[in-house]
Amino acid sequence: METPQTHSETAPARKLPMWAVVLAFALLLGFLALIAVGLRRTMSGPIVVGDPVPEINMTTFDGQAISSADLAGKVIVLNFWASWCKPCEQEARELEEAFQFYKENDKVVFLGLAYVDTEPKSRGYLEQFGITYPNGPDLRTKVSQMFRIRGVPETYIIGSDGTLKFVKIGPFTSTQEIISAVDSFIE
Amino acid sequence: MTKYSAARFALLFVVLAGILLSPVGVFAQVPTPSDDDVNRVAKQLYCPVCENIPLDVCPTQACQEWRDLIRLKLSEGWSDEQIRQYFAQQYGDRVLSEPPRSGLNWLVYVLPPVIILAGAVLVARVLQSMRKPVLPAAKVDVPLAEDDLKRVEEELRKVD
Repeated sequence: METPQTHSETAPARKLPMWAVVLAFALLLGFLALIAVGLRRTMSGPIVVGDPVPEINMTTFDGQAISSADLAGKVIVLNFWASWCKPCEQEARELEEAFQFYKENDKVVFLGLAYVDTEPKSRGYLEQFGITYPNGPDLRTKVSQMFRIRGVPETYIIGSDGTLKFVKIGPFTSTQEIISAVDSFIE
Repeated sequence: MTKYSAARFALLFVVLAGILLSPVGVFAQVPTPSDDDVNRVAKQLYCPVCENIPLDVCPTQACQEWRDLIRLKLSEGWSDEQIRQYFAQQYGDRVLSEPPRSGLNWLVYVLPPVIILAGAVLVARVLQSMRKPVLPAAKVDVPLAEDDLKRVEEELRKVD
């Protein structure tokens, strides 16, 4: 008697070529590395008091290029503002008065950066409040991202040693408050 | 006609011809941009202050100022692309609804199709390996066992 024939034969499994496997793993690793770099950048916190402040570059509305590297040894008062920001108006005149107070003192520099603002409105704001210290746009929001500002106004005082000394979230309430803060860092 | 009046006539002719042929009417006027024009550009932009809200529907004052700036640029004859570039230069690439096709940003455009293609190839291969093996033609003609043959004949008889 003939026994039924069993059919256990299957088509041989085709394997991927080695180069394809290596390429796939290389792509995967590259992609993971990119995610890691992005995450590291995202997770790195803001500059806190005591941290060295990276170099700040800005160009004023008048076209003057300013670099914090050229201001080494001086106290820098860096104010973020915007023309659409109502609380910024509360401290605008006070900041100008403080600037005038230190104008003859070559150890203190005031800088203003307009955050996500349009140039015509920024210029109008500066004119409205009679602000004369160097101001410019925060181009590509680089500096505000560096400090991870949460809004405007925010003011950062950088010491003569290049480290962050003081952070003010929200508007200063008086000229004296600004002067007191700056005075404590003048060496 | 005296020589003097002929010269005056010629001068008058030249002046009139100059006025008529002057290029005053050559300059094309840029029409005042409508709200639709402004929103066409604005919907391609996002304000960093109010994240994830397109500029055309963002209600904040900052966004209103940006829309005013778009209107100003359009009235100056700027193209949509020029305005987009201007905003990217001023406020960073993150304000664009689509990342610019340069540098590492290319990954955003290249990786998804590559991953989908690789996934499709993988699925195809898995499905192929799951398919039932096809019997060779010679092996299909296998004689039935005797018992089976009898059973089939009985069933056929019942049917008749």
